[in-house]
Amino acid sequence: MTEQNTPLWEVFVRSRNGLAHKHAGSVHAADAEMALQAARDVYTRRGEGLSLWVVPSNAIIASDPADKGMMFEPTASKIYRHPTFYDVPDDVGHM
Amino acid sequence: MYTQALNAAGPSSRQTRPDEDAERLARFQARIDAEDRIEPNDWMPEAYRRTLIRQISQHAHSEIVGQLPEGRWLTRAPSLRRKAALLAKVQDECGHGLYLYAAAETLGVSREELTEQLLSGRAKYSSIFNYPALTWADIGAIGWLVDGAAIMNQIPLCRCSYGPYARAMVRVCKEESFHQRQGYEIMLTLCRGTPEQKAMAQDALNRWWWPAMMMFGPPDGQSQHSDSSMAWKIKRFTNDELRQRFVDAMVPQAQVLGIEVPDPDLLWDEATRHFSFGPIDWEEFRQVLAGNGPCNRERLADRNQAHAEGAWVREAALAHAAKRQARALAA
Repeated sequence: MTEQNTPLWEVFVRSRNGLAHKHAGSVHAADAEMALQAARDVYTRRGEGLSLWVVPSNAIIASDPADKGMMFEPTASKIYRHPTFYDVPDDVGHM
Repeated sequence: MYTQALNAAGPSSRQTRPDEDAERLARFQARIDAEDRIEPNDWMPEAYRRTLIRQISQHAHSEIVGQLPEGRWLTRAPSLRRKAALLAKVQDECGHGLYLYAAAETLGVSREELTEQLLSGRAKYSSIFNYPALTWADIGAIGWLVDGAAIMNQIPLCRCSYGPYARAMVRVCKEESFHQRQGYEIMLTLCRGTPEQKAMAQDALNRWWWPAMMMFGPPDGQSQHSDSSMAWKIKRFTNDELRQRFVDAMVPQAQVLGIEVPDPDLLWDEATRHFSFGPIDWEEFRQVLAGNGPCNRERLADRNQAHAEGAWVREAALAHAAKRQARALAA
């Protein structure tokens, strides 16, 4: 095939004000403006959102799943970061 | 949305990758067994990746080709209400194709490669779309039976072990339920109309029933990829289990319409609490998959024509983007 590939974009949708934009999927488009239009047509046909972000897929830096242990495991051993680690007598009430 | 178990087709998924050893495979299977979801950059066996690419891309192609039989009726819908609904349904199918291509792309295959596989005839799509939509009643039958069969297939796919596919299916299933209802409403309107209209509905059911039954794929005994797909939790139910669910759901709905399912052997079995049904013509299924259905050539020709006629749009969009980028850099 001689045709050039059309760039890939990731689409984020804010479903209503007060909520964060959330990843919805991806689209192919030649430029940012067309990516926004395609994202609107593909991901918001039923009132799913009030705001859209499109980001070139190759601009996203992702952590490597192979590093999962090194990256995230240490947090599991630090149980003193959670409120339930600390003893408070029942008669103190809700804290 | 139209997935189909096309187990008879596709390249062998038996190839392995160099770092596949027994221990790694066992760890992968343990994650699957624990209902952990597999995400794009996770390690996966080559056969798992290839099976998913094949299934997701066939599913995507089916959505895209599935627009064609209904597209014919957009300009001939009997009212503005019907036209708007059909247009929305066809637009959904296009969107579903795009969700699915994007899910397949996370496995390391490009949209362009997948499109090329469809256009060259190397890739399969659901056999059902090689049948013609001859009358307006066919639009009702397609929505009711074909989307009904697709939903049976797709609901379990929402729990598929591969994250991007499962997430695409959740979106699709949410959007899909209107498709079946709009089809059933068309059938109901015809069945409550004149005797001629009711006869049209019956005729459409007669022509679409068996092809819809075939959508679940070959019987379990003859299905090539079924065992590994079940073990990998890509599939949750076998072809025959899904087919039985379909019959059990559809027969009472046909009774409400007051039309007959074209199967003289159809019988309620009090012991099993299921309908038993007659034999399926698998030779017809094989012929349609092999390219000899009523509309195979027409569908591929239409897709090729649309793709070729859109080439200048794709080229112009990329040229425009390149020009603007060059100007922005110069400024």
